Amino acid sequence: MTTTDPRAVEEDLRQRVTDFLAAHDHTTTDRLEFLRARYDAGLAWVNFPVGHGGLGLPRSFQTQVEVQLAKAGAPDNNPRGNGIGLGMAAPTILAFGTEEQKKKFLRPLWTGEQIWCQLFSEPGAGSDLAAVSTRAVREGGDWVVNGQKVWTSSAHKAQMAILVARTNPEVSKHAGLSYFLCNMDAPGVDVRPLRQITGEAEFNEVFLTDVHIPDSQRLGDEGQGWKVATATLNNERVAIGGGGGGRESGMVGVLSKTWREHPERRGAGQHDKLMRLWVDAEVARVTGQRLRQKLAAGEPGPEGSAMKLTFARIAQEASGMELELLGDEGLRASDWTMKRPQHVDFTGRDATYRYLRAKGNSIEGGTSEILRNVISERVLGLPSEPRVDTGIAWKDLPR
Amino acid sequence: MSDLNLLYTDVEDDLRSSVRDLVAARSEPATVAAVYDGDRSVVDPLWRAIAGDLGLAGLLIPEERGGAGASAREAAVVLEELGRSVAPVPFLTSSVVATTVLLAAEPGGPADELLAGLAAGERTAALVLPLSAGPGEEAPGFTVDGEGRISGSARSVAGALEADVLLVPVRTAQGTAVHAVRADDARVEPVVSLDMTRQLADVTLEAAAGQELLGASAGGDAVRSGLEVGAALLASEQYGVAQWCLTTTIAYLKDRRQFGRVVGGYQAIKHRLADLYAAVESAGAAARHAAATTAAGDADSVVSTAVAQSFVSDVAVKAAEEAVQLHGGIGMTWEHPAHLYLKRAKADQIAFGTPAAHRARLAELVDLPVA
Repeated sequence: MTTTDPRAVEEDLRQRVTDFLAAHDHTTTDRLEFLRARYDAGLAWVNFPVGHGGLGLPRSFQTQVEVQLAKAGAPDNNPRGNGIGLGMAAPTILAFGTEEQKKKFLRPLWTGEQIWCQLFSEPGAGSDLAAVSTRAVREGGDWVVNGQKVWTSSAHKAQMAILVARTNPEVSKHAGLSYFLCNMDAPGVDVRPLRQITGEAEFNEVFLTDVHIPDSQRLGDEGQGWKVATATLNNERVAIGGGGGGRESGMVGVLSKTWREHPERRGAGQHDKLMRLWVDAEVARVTGQRLRQKLAAGEPGPEGSAMKLTFARIAQEASGMELELLGDEGLRASDWTMKRPQHVDFTGRDATYRYLRAKGNSIEGGTSEILRNVISERVLGLPSEPRVDTGIAWKDLPR
Repeated sequence: MSDLNLLYTDVEDDLRSSVRDLVAARSEPATVAAVYDGDRSVVDPLWRAIAGDLGLAGLLIPEERGGAGASAREAAVVLEELGRSVAPVPFLTSSVVATTVLLAAEPGGPADELLAGLAAGERTAALVLPLSAGPGEEAPGFTVDGEGRISGSARSVAGALEADVLLVPVRTAQGTAVHAVRADDARVEPVVSLDMTRQLADVTLEAAAGQELLGASAGGDAVRSGLEVGAALLASEQYGVAQWCLTTTIAYLKDRRQFGRVVGGYQAIKHRLADLYAAVESAGAAARHAAATTAAGDADSVVSTAVAQSFVSDVAVKAAEEAVQLHGGIGMTWEHPAHLYLKRAKADQIAFGTPAAHRARLAELVDLPVA
């Protein structure tokens, strides 16, 4: 489609979906076949290029497709079940992948045939992600990977992973990284549940022992891993901070519901706090809306970091206040010991769970402290911290 | 709650540049600061240029009533620029608040002539209420006698000093009527104000002659709507103030050195500025949302205005306070313009209802009762 008149695009898109539904009856077609056909018709993610599940349209046209298909009762690709794949791996593969890689990985990713996870963080490399010590050593046409990753959500369900590993310890830490697409069923991949603050095991530790990855599954050039990972992380912050729900859709919505349901627990001091949080959340919603309007025109930049900062603060304050509001009732918790959640639900379950889980919001996907560095350096242009880890080979860094 | 465009259109960008260029050419912090010493010579020419030369006084007035037929979105962009330059002009009080009150009058009536004069930039009006009065707090301090003569007083009125016509809300048994009174027929006493770039005045009428523009059946709603739109668009002025404070402070801290390092390189400072950036960006979105819902006549405009006033008022004050603090000693001097912005931000916080008053209003609107 070359036209740029939004109404014409909308109409053309509506017709495409109508034609697609006419050609593929979802009541008689196998779900997976239906989804593959939808991908091939360019109706998977319309902002992706033609040939890769899209039509090269602005991202803003996606909602229209989802709504029209949902109204027809068509099955979706269960996007919540593959958040990392759709939100982070896919845009990165699109940006840095070879034509062959895009052909091979994007379709099963989108249909949900392949769930993805992210092998980035390590016990010794959290905020300082570029310090990862997982090694990838070339051996013929393969890379042999050894190391330990942590905080890997969905690793126990995933078929594929995006992986950052060190391919050259002789150069400075940022320059020695490469980015890989790793098969989670490869020999040597050992996934172990990680018990967290809520008691459950939403995340995993992943031990990599002599795992072979073909060089054809390297994403971007050797040594370009940091650049590729940065693109992934910018998408992550958009995914985490973006939200996109309506008014009162987040933690403040839960808090407001509790307020309405418990008139006996109301007080003037708490009301002031509630209203401040409500306003903050509503402003964050509108700010997210504006950010998405900006993004519709371009790629996510560091501005998304500010959204995530705000989202984390509000979620933590609101969930904390809800416990106070509930009093004794708020102290009665549910047992989540070693549960494996289907979906992460920040605003679901019980109040104590929400309070504890929200603590992760300012740590996962970039701590709030790192995000403030990102904003001040990359958005505001302030000088970076004096560093002791630049201009020195990774292997010689103090540790 | 439709997905309104929260970005700026090309037309709005052009409008912004012309306002910015004009204000930069005619007013700078030193000349603005002179108003504190009684030299108001900057006010009149600047206002004439904005209202008349650029034709911005008639933005909110429909074309068929002599105006530009633009909307609250464009007026908000003008206010962002006027806030950014703490320009001492009565655009908000005359071209937004008083104009919105007048637009409630039926076309073909006595308000038409005044609207045409406002649109042409030949006349300037002010609604005679305290600057602190927010929507729903429009208790009129004036009464009218059997011969149509108006008496009463209002303290701390903004825009009255620049106005040649006063819109006076008059209390009657049937409700609030709005009368026009020539400023020459009123006692308008300047007040030494916290923010001299929007200097207040006490207005007293003693059996003054007036003309009824809105009767008791329509005047109350008109006044409320003037304050509502005023509150909505004040947020854009506050955003402009906040943006100036943030960008000026960052520029200073990239330059200022202590202990052999650029001060803006210290993490304690960087993190404060990052938080301030997040707040100011959010304030921009909130202000834009209030302007967009107001322009669209969206049912959500009352909520978005209360949200914007609650949030942006405090952000502007915070940004100005941070500007003073992070400039250190120079920020505390009269010479540096930071004080102009602090004073405007603090006065704006109280104008058209305090943040707490807007939160109280909001609580009712969104069903979160205090008890």
